[in-house]
Amino acid sequence: MKVTVCIGSSCHIKGSRQVVEQLQYLISENGLGDKVELGGTFCMGKCQQGVCVTIDGEFFSVSPETVETFFNDNIKAKL
Amino acid sequence: MRKFDTKVQYLKYKVLREVANRAWNDTLLPTLFDIPKAIVPGKTSTMRCCVYKERAILGERVKIAMGGNKENPNVIEVIDIACDECPAAGYEVTDSCRGCLAHRCEDVCKRGAISFDHNHVAHIDKSKCVECGQCAKVCPYSAIINRKRPCQIACKVKAISINEENAAAIDNNKCIQCGACVYQCPFGAITDKSYILNVIDMIKKSENNQKYKVYAVVAPSISSQFNYAKLGQVISGLKELGFFTVVEAALGADMVAMAESKELSEKGFLTSSCCPAFVQYIKSSFPALLPFVSHNLSPMATLAKYIKETDGNAKVVFIGPCTAKKAEAQLDSVKPYVDSVLTFEELQALYDSKDIDITTLPEDVLDNASYYGRIFARSGGLSDAVAQGLKEQNIDFTVKPAVCDGIEACKVALLKKSKNVLDANFIEGMACIGGCIGGAGCLTHGEKNKAEVDKYGKEAYEKTIGDAVSFIK
Repeated sequence: MKVTVCIGSSCHIKGSRQVVEQLQYLISENGLGDKVELGGTFCMGKCQQGVCVTIDGEFFSVSPETVETFFNDNIKAKL
Repeated sequence: MRKFDTKVQYLKYKVLREVANRAWNDTLLPTLFDIPKAIVPGKTSTMRCCVYKERAILGERVKIAMGGNKENPNVIEVIDIACDECPAAGYEVTDSCRGCLAHRCEDVCKRGAISFDHNHVAHIDKSKCVECGQCAKVCPYSAIINRKRPCQIACKVKAISINEENAAAIDNNKCIQCGACVYQCPFGAITDKSYILNVIDMIKKSENNQKYKVYAVVAPSISSQFNYAKLGQVISGLKELGFFTVVEAALGADMVAMAESKELSEKGFLTSSCCPAFVQYIKSSFPALLPFVSHNLSPMATLAKYIKETDGNAKVVFIGPCTAKKAEAQLDSVKPYVDSVLTFEELQALYDSKDIDITTLPEDVLDNASYYGRIFARSGGLSDAVAQGLKEQNIDFTVKPAVCDGIEACKVALLKKSKNVLDANFIEGMACIGGCIGGAGCLTHGEKNKAEVDKYGKEAYEKTIGDAVSFIK
């Protein structure tokens, strides 16, 4: 599974670093390091909906507050 | 508000704007020869002896705006017919000489080059004079002046000579492509080749970033530029031009600060590799010191490489204050990452070629880097960032920097290092005075630019280098 987080300016100031850090933590905490590939990109063209995240190309709008729910529902549950 | 420091820059801008405008509209080739007349219409000359010479020179400027002479590997070119063959006689006594009694000029001259006529007025014997300038310094009437060409004064690496036709000539083996002569020549006879056509072509062929994405990587010195508008509007303008997105080169600087501080602690001595003119200077004049040059790519190349790793379908255009970056982008080690380079001057021309008034645009955001990455734009910033990098990585090593502001200061430090008498373990080399904010491709240069960079640095969302680069792990 490839999870890509936007680290462009707009998403960055909405907390993409916190999203990345929490995802890194949750992935290792759940032992999913070999199943989930976490990456960054500089823009997804949907700056209004940031923090922009895609899972294998499917788009999600995430924030530092919702990242745990997002992880449980869309990453952990689907593996 | 004023957009440029000099009228030379304004003229260059007008040529770039005309060329760019026609390129966007696919009318450049059929109307190429109309450009000089479009800029200098009518019959009255405004700059030279006649309109025909003005237009002939403009024709040469159009060539350089279109990429210049492909045979010449140097990104800096002389326009022979624009060179006014300035007087270059060296030290001369002017009619301000009062024929005084003291004759300090005579006493200070170790070569015995000064004599006096029957009116006690000083004369300099050119066959004896070594141009040390001491006589000019001691004359209480400032009656002795140095007639030297502005390009030669600007060129601290002594790459400019005068050819048999009395025009300036650049020695490509010595030239570090810093652009000091470009900014200083009062006739605009030396100029940097432009790659605006490559960029326009790249943007057009991307078909609105569908075929590939065109990224703009902007240097942190942008904070001291376009001061008639807000930085956020400059960013909106870039997207309006057709760039997919904009990323701070300062993020590359953060990445470099981390790697370079580690490298410094391992090697014990290092010279910076951010400034391509400084690195070129070491290559050409201090080759024995090459092993000490940091093996890190510059912030521009480091970030461009990262962008291409995250997006296999990316093209990267660097936009900054620097003419030497145009040369750096052609190096084999950088070429795969950076597709083209523009200066701030050229960016202004691109905006206006599409009638984009950035002051009317909404403010976009630009925030990728930390304070430390951003202050790379001014002298001393890189050393501060390396010290911070050591601290954040808990490396027990104290950096003792030689902060070299301008290529002359670089020369002094490199000379000392080659004689093993340099009291420092890190040379921060910046070819331009003030650092990148003094670059030849800046629209404006000024005292307050350093303060602008520091202010912009403090506005960064990330306060530490580690936080700014945390996603790389």
